[in-house]
Amino acid sequence: MEEAVKTAFPVLVYSAAILLAFQGVLMIVAYTVLAERKVLGWIQGRIGPNRVGPWGVLQPFADLLKFILKEDIVPDKSTKFVYFLAPMVAITAALLPMIVYPFGPPISDPIGWLVPYVPVIPLGSEPNIVAWIAEQARNMPLTIAQIDVGVLFVLAITSVGVYGIALAGWSSNNKYSLMGGLRSSAQMISYELAMGASVIGVVILAGSLDLNSIINAQSNSTFRWYIIPQFVGFVVFLIAAFAETNRVPFDLPEAETELVAGFHTEYSALKFALFFMAEYVNMFTVSVMIVVLFLGGWYIPGLSYIFEVGSIPYALASHVGFLLKIFFFLFLYIWIRGTLPRFRFDQLMTFGWKFLLPVAIANVIVTIIVVYLMN
Amino acid sequence: MVSTVLFFLFAGFAIACAVSMVYHRNPIYSAISLIGVFIALSCLYVMLAAPFIAVTQILVYAGAIMVLVIFVIMLLNLEEDTALNRLRYLYAVGGGLGVALLAQTFFIFYAVLKTPKVPVDAGTTAGKTMSIGTAMYTEYLLPVEIVGVMLLMAIIGAVTLVRKLEAPELELLEEQQSDKRIE
Repeated sequence: MEEAVKTAFPVLVYSAAILLAFQGVLMIVAYTVLAERKVLGWIQGRIGPNRVGPWGVLQPFADLLKFILKEDIVPDKSTKFVYFLAPMVAITAALLPMIVYPFGPPISDPIGWLVPYVPVIPLGSEPNIVAWIAEQARNMPLTIAQIDVGVLFVLAITSVGVYGIALAGWSSNNKYSLMGGLRSSAQMISYELAMGASVIGVVILAGSLDLNSIINAQSNSTFRWYIIPQFVGFVVFLIAAFAETNRVPFDLPEAETELVAGFHTEYSALKFALFFMAEYVNMFTVSVMIVVLFLGGWYIPGLSYIFEVGSIPYALASHVGFLLKIFFFLFLYIWIRGTLPRFRFDQLMTFGWKFLLPVAIANVIVTIIVVYLMN
Repeated sequence: MVSTVLFFLFAGFAIACAVSMVYHRNPIYSAISLIGVFIALSCLYVMLAAPFIAVTQILVYAGAIMVLVIFVIMLLNLEEDTALNRLRYLYAVGGGLGVALLAQTFFIFYAVLKTPKVPVDAGTTAGKTMSIGTAMYTEYLLPVEIVGVMLLMAIIGAVTLVRKLEAPELELLEEQQSDKRIE
């Protein structure tokens, strides 16, 4: 019994954590889509979807049902295997970074904290197993995989997402798809450099590539989120994030007037839904990265005076603060979409290579010099 | 137990992808298979407790180099190659090299089996970002600098090749070509 529990415990905990994070992210994504339609409606003086459920809150489920029931059309001359592979690559690469998100601060003793409130926990005859589990759960960070190269992991996996789009454009055997795919991959490769370079400043200041360590470095007593010393890096990262996720004003891959729908012109039903979902999951990912790198992640100044650090209420409040910061950036995406027009492709490339990248590199050099002089 | 199963899963995937890369005549399938090999290798690096190398493998090879390869294939829209008859003798050369590679592999197996098993020190930091960075910028500084200069040379070469010619140079080139046509 005891051995079985000890073997099963990590598997169960990680499975539960992955399931929870997966569900949470997908729900947030579903409601980002609804929020986008609502907010765009308000910006344009419309009401937005309001028929399915009160104020249209059940709209995402109706949309999903529609995607499932639509006819799945595969173009005759497409390269079948690659055509099927592309949406899977896109959604996998979008969801995978989830495993390194720091969802909240470590809870010092979760089981021990729960015992007085939940009388079922001691399980009667075998208290040593409970003690063992409590020991295992002590100071467990609210991250699925604690790897010391979290920042690089997110950048690496999102760079694999380019294949989804490039292969979708190529395999559809359609000139609009191909142009959209090429544009999109060129854009993502170009802005990835500026994005990576803007992160280096933060990494130098924090002295770590681990997302939790970066947050801890920002949460030491005084108010020092990296948005203040790394403001240039923050702006570069924000702009590059918009380009990376192919959002307005950098949504050239799907410029309707020129390219019909870009790389997903030939995709329908659930395969289209996967691309659509991948785009919104990517938005969520870069929002998480902005919040973690520049806005202190789950850290909220002054919260330690209200709740005891390491207790469950503290973790919950921090988690809610983390989500609110993310929601602000998701809202910013929608806001900008309702406000700005689209770039021209040569403007986009010139801006990325001749302005954004040099600024990011200059920021790295200045940061290195300042850090060197301060030490 | 779990790690053994995972090892054979990733190793098998890597070998399957490698075979499919060589086997396919369509270049885009070969490229996708090669990406599969890189991803499987990086999973193996994670299992060997070297997350930095694993992530760099994906970031550099899968994320940057192979994207360019796929780009070229997409732009050229290569057709499937037809079998060449006049280069038959290359099969023999390929076979010979294959035998050499196989011998090498067996030698490595032999060497690995012969070396005594040394238990890994629990406090070892090899593979961690900090130790890699320290080693690169102290002990191996010269090789790192040399590689940096070589990469810079490659970049300058590429820029020189694609650079637009200035107007006078362009005129000169056109003159030369028209001269040739007259001849």
